[in-house]
Amino acid sequence: MQNPVTVASGTFGYGAEYAQIIDVNLLGAVTVKGIRLNPVLGNATPRTAEVTGGMLNAIGLQGPGVDGFIKKYWPFLKGLKVPTIINIWGTTVEEYAEVARRFDALGGVGALELNVSCPNIKEGGAQFGTDCKLLAQVVAACRKVTTLPLITKMSPNVPSIAPFAKAAENEGSDALAVTNSFPAMAIDIHTRKPKLANITGGLTGPAIKPIAVKLVWEAAQAVKIPIIGMGGIQNADDAVEFLMAGATAVAVGTANFYEPQTALQVIAGIRDFMAQKKIADVREITGSVLAKK
Amino acid sequence: MLEQTVQIISNERDTDSYFRLVLRAPEIAPLIQPGQFAHVRILPMKDALLRRPFSIFQATGDAFSILYKTVGKGTEVLSRMRAGQEVSAIAPLGHGFTVPKAGGETPLLVAGGYGMAAMFLLAQRSPQKGIVFVGGRRRVDILCEQEFAAIGWEVRAMTEDGSHGEKGLVTHPLIAELQKRLPDRKVFACGPTPMLKAVGKIAEDFNVPAELSMDEHMCCGVGTCLTCVIPVKAGDSWEYQRTCTEGPVFDSREIVWEAAK
Repeated sequence: MQNPVTVASGTFGYGAEYAQIIDVNLLGAVTVKGIRLNPVLGNATPRTAEVTGGMLNAIGLQGPGVDGFIKKYWPFLKGLKVPTIINIWGTTVEEYAEVARRFDALGGVGALELNVSCPNIKEGGAQFGTDCKLLAQVVAACRKVTTLPLITKMSPNVPSIAPFAKAAENEGSDALAVTNSFPAMAIDIHTRKPKLANITGGLTGPAIKPIAVKLVWEAAQAVKIPIIGMGGIQNADDAVEFLMAGATAVAVGTANFYEPQTALQVIAGIRDFMAQKKIADVREITGSVLAKK
Repeated sequence: MLEQTVQIISNERDTDSYFRLVLRAPEIAPLIQPGQFAHVRILPMKDALLRRPFSIFQATGDAFSILYKTVGKGTEVLSRMRAGQEVSAIAPLGHGFTVPKAGGETPLLVAGGYGMAAMFLLAQRSPQKGIVFVGGRRRVDILCEQEFAAIGWEVRAMTEDGSHGEKGLVTHPLIAELQKRLPDRKVFACGPTPMLKAVGKIAEDFNVPAELSMDEHMCCGVGTCLTCVIPVKAGDSWEYQRTCTEGPVFDSREIVWEAAK
C-alpha cells in the first residue's frame, strides 16, 4: 500500500462507481463489497436508515457472485495502480475456501478480506466471527488454498475480541480488520414499524468510533499482525486516533456515502499531521497511545 | 457526474411547505438531462449526515433549480438556508427520461405533487408538445403550472378536495384521454409510488409505453450502497436494480411490482 488508507467493504461498491468523482489511484487500496460463490439477491427494502451520528444498514450482501464479479468489475479493478482487497464470504467453511481458491487463481488480487462479521444475513457472516472454533476453521481453510494475504474482518459482537484476534493470527491470518458494524435497531414511532425491512441492521458512522477505537486497542494488545482500523472515520484526526490505538492502516466507510472525498482528505490530513509533529514514518504512530495497562 | 460546492442564488417559498432552490453550478447545469437528480449535502446539518436526493426542476445557463417540500429535518434545515450560503452537490445523477424524437410520440405527463417539477425539463426539451396531468390533495400541492403553460403545454389539474382544477384523482383524466385511442402516445410519470403503480397499470391496459420515475429511499446516490433498489425483470426472474443508477426512470413494463415489499 502506498499509504495507510483504504475504504471499508460495502461502502465503495466495486471501485468504478466513485472513479468519476475521485482519483481511486490515490488510495492505499480499494476494498470491494462482499462476494460469495453465487449471486446474492439481498434483503427487502428499506435497507438503510439514517440515525443520529450514523446509519443502520441491512443490505444482505447483494452481489454478483465470483463469476459475475470477475466479468463485470474485475476489468476495471485490475487496471488500477493500487491493490484491490476482495471481501469474501460463504455460508459454509468450504464455500469460504472455494471463493478464496477462485480469487487466488485469478491472479493480480491484492488481498482477501474474510467477512466473518456481517450481522445482516441469516447464514454465514457473523455466525463464523462470533464462534472462535468456526472462525479458526474459516481462516485455516482459506490459508490452505491461497498464498494471498488474508485479512480477517472481526465482529465487534463478542465479549472480548482478544481470543478471536489470536485465533485468526494462529491460523495464518496476515492482518485483521477491526471492526464491522454493530447490531442495532430503529423504529418509526408514527407507524410503529422498524425502519429496516430486516428489523435489525448494523450501526456505522461516527456514532461507533470510540467503541471501534477500543476494539482496535484491545486487538493490538493481543496480536502481532497488523490491524486495519475502521469505524466512523470522518477525517485525519479520527484516522490518527485509530493508528495510535494500534492500527497500521485505516479504512473510511460510511463517510464515503456522504462525502466521497473523505479517504483522500484523510490521506492528506495524515501527512499534514506528520509534518506538524515531525513524524518521519507513519508506522511510528501505530500503537503510540500513552496507555499503561 | 461532478461533485462540487455550489452557492445558493435563491431559496424562496413557493406555496405552503414547498420551496424553490436555485443553485449556481456552471459546470453541472449544462450536463443535466430530463429526469436526473442532484444529491445534496446540507452542510449546516451536523448530526444527520447523509445527502438528500432532489429531482432537478430547471437548468438554464449557469444554474439549476430544485422544487422541494419540507418533509423532515434535512429539508427543514435546507429551507432556512439563504442566498450566498453553500451546499455540496453531486450531480447530475441517474438515468432520466427518454426525450421524444421530432415527429415521434406525443408525451402525456402524469405528475403527483412536486413530481411535476421533475418533468419540466422533459416538457421543455420535447419537440412535441403534450398534455400534463397533475394531481394533488389541495390547491397548494399543484406546482409550476405557469412554467408548463409558458412553454405551450396544456395542464389538466386535479385536486382531491376540488379546491383547484377538477375534483378527483390524476388517473381519471389520463384514462379519459387514453380512451380516445389516438396513435403514437407515450406516458411519463413522476409522483408517489401508489400513483406510479396505477399509471403503469393504466398504460399497460391501453398498450401505451410508460416511463416511471421511481421515488425510493436513497443513501449514496451513486450506486455503491444498494439502498434504493427495486425489483426489475431479468430473464425469467427478477433482480434488484438501483434507482440511483439504472433509474430513477424505468420502463414500467420492467418493474416487478408484485415482488416489491
